[in-house]
Amino acid sequence: MTKLALSALCCCLLLAGCNLQGVRPWERNVLAQKKMQLDPYPNDSYLDDHIYYSKESSSGGAGVGGGGCGCN
Amino acid sequence: MQLNNKSKPVRHSLTLATATLLGSVSAPGYGAASNDWEIDSSVLYYAEDGRVSAIEPVVRARKTIGDDEFLTFRLVVDSLTGSSANGAIATTAAQTFTKPSGDATYTTAANTTPLDPSFHDTRVAVNGEWEKPLQDNLKGIFGANLSKEYDYTSLGASATLAWDFNSRNTTFTTGLSLNLDTVKPVGGIPDGLTAMPTTTTFTKASVGDSDNKTVVDVLLGITQVIGRKTLMQFNYTYGQDDGYLTDPYKILSVVTDAGTATLAATPYLYEQRPDSRVRNAFYWKTVHQFEQDVVNFSYRYYWDDWGITSHTFDARYRYELGGGHYLMPHARYYLQDKADFYHYKLVDGDIPRYASADYRLGDLSTTTLGLKYGVELSENSEFSVRAEIMKQQSRGSGATFPDVDAMILQANYSFLF
Repeated sequence: MTKLALSALCCCLLLAGCNLQGVRPWERNVLAQKKMQLDPYPNDSYLDDHIYYSKESSSGGAGVGGGGCGCN
Repeated sequence: MQLNNKSKPVRHSLTLATATLLGSVSAPGYGAASNDWEIDSSVLYYAEDGRVSAIEPVVRARKTIGDDEFLTFRLVVDSLTGSSANGAIATTAAQTFTKPSGDATYTTAANTTPLDPSFHDTRVAVNGEWEKPLQDNLKGIFGANLSKEYDYTSLGASATLAWDFNSRNTTFTTGLSLNLDTVKPVGGIPDGLTAMPTTTTFTKASVGDSDNKTVVDVLLGITQVIGRKTLMQFNYTYGQDDGYLTDPYKILSVVTDAGTATLAATPYLYEQRPDSRVRNAFYWKTVHQFEQDVVNFSYRYYWDDWGITSHTFDARYRYELGGGHYLMPHARYYLQDKADFYHYKLVDGDIPRYASADYRLGDLSTTTLGLKYGVELSENSEFSVRAEIMKQQSRGSGATFPDVDAMILQANYSFLF
């Protein structure tokens, strides 16, 4: 898995390298829309995280923090 | 970067775009006036077929307190009631168990998966976050959280740094969180792998009234603008849990022989899990906009030193209906390989050091399908509802747990205050 993570990281850096020109500030009207954010519906995300944390044995990935629960 | 009052629209876009890069740790209000609170309110109704149900209202409030500086608070009340699988297997005869308090019993009919009907709790959780620019292109997000339920308390803090570079097309994120949790189960902490009494005459072996655990999580991530309409995020998270990680209410059945469901003289043992766990997750998310519609896809690979591995696929497609209305189908698929110490049942005379029959540690899949409808009521308010069905199924051969079917209903109202 370490190899997978490193490969993904390299891919990302490669993408970043290919994108040196990047998207200019004045070209960000689409990216600035709420629906284009990585977490546009924070309450949905919070509630989903809580449901699946309670019903499955995996956690983490999207971020850190937020707190725990007994969830028996 | 030259920013002044005259360039406010551009500056506003830049702020939002920058925050977009920090997506998972900051979700800025779109169109929010600087002095207003941006309120996201939700109510969730979750119900499993014949088991637990929950009502969970959430209020999230966010306010701009300075230049790119925000405060966010969240209050959650979680009310649960119903039955929860206790870990024992179904047998051809009725089975009697003691409730966690030890002062009452409940009986499960023959050929029925045993469920503990005494499951009810109310949880209150508060969370606060302070998001602040530290330097040019460097932002900090500092959070604290407290969660309290009858038998469990969780207190935590987190810090995340996000550094923009490559003309703000790339963001490097690193985060750390620490949680200190205390479990104080009804009836005390049972001694792992000792007998659960089947009558109130006997008292379970207890090792104390309460115990603790610490949870540390570390995040390393990169968010990359791929193009004008595409954003991508890669995260790696490392987590370590130490302390009491056992579920004090779960038990295992002990049978006389591997091929039978005949219970041994000591038919039920309390479960026992290791007291440490190292978790890893690799996470990839992509957001892309077509003409107007937006697709949001994520994949997570998870693995830990309990032997659990899992794949999680999640896709949402926001289909614009026009006039501020949208539909958003959602599909999620989760595939889990079991923990090394997961046992559907134990065989008398062959009791391992660690064992749990909690189906959530077993080979399982979860499939969720849902649909959300939203409408912008005004420039600064939105209403939405979603309905989803979830099914959990056992995987693999041999004796397995029954399916768990659940329904998820949620209503949201967002506005400025």
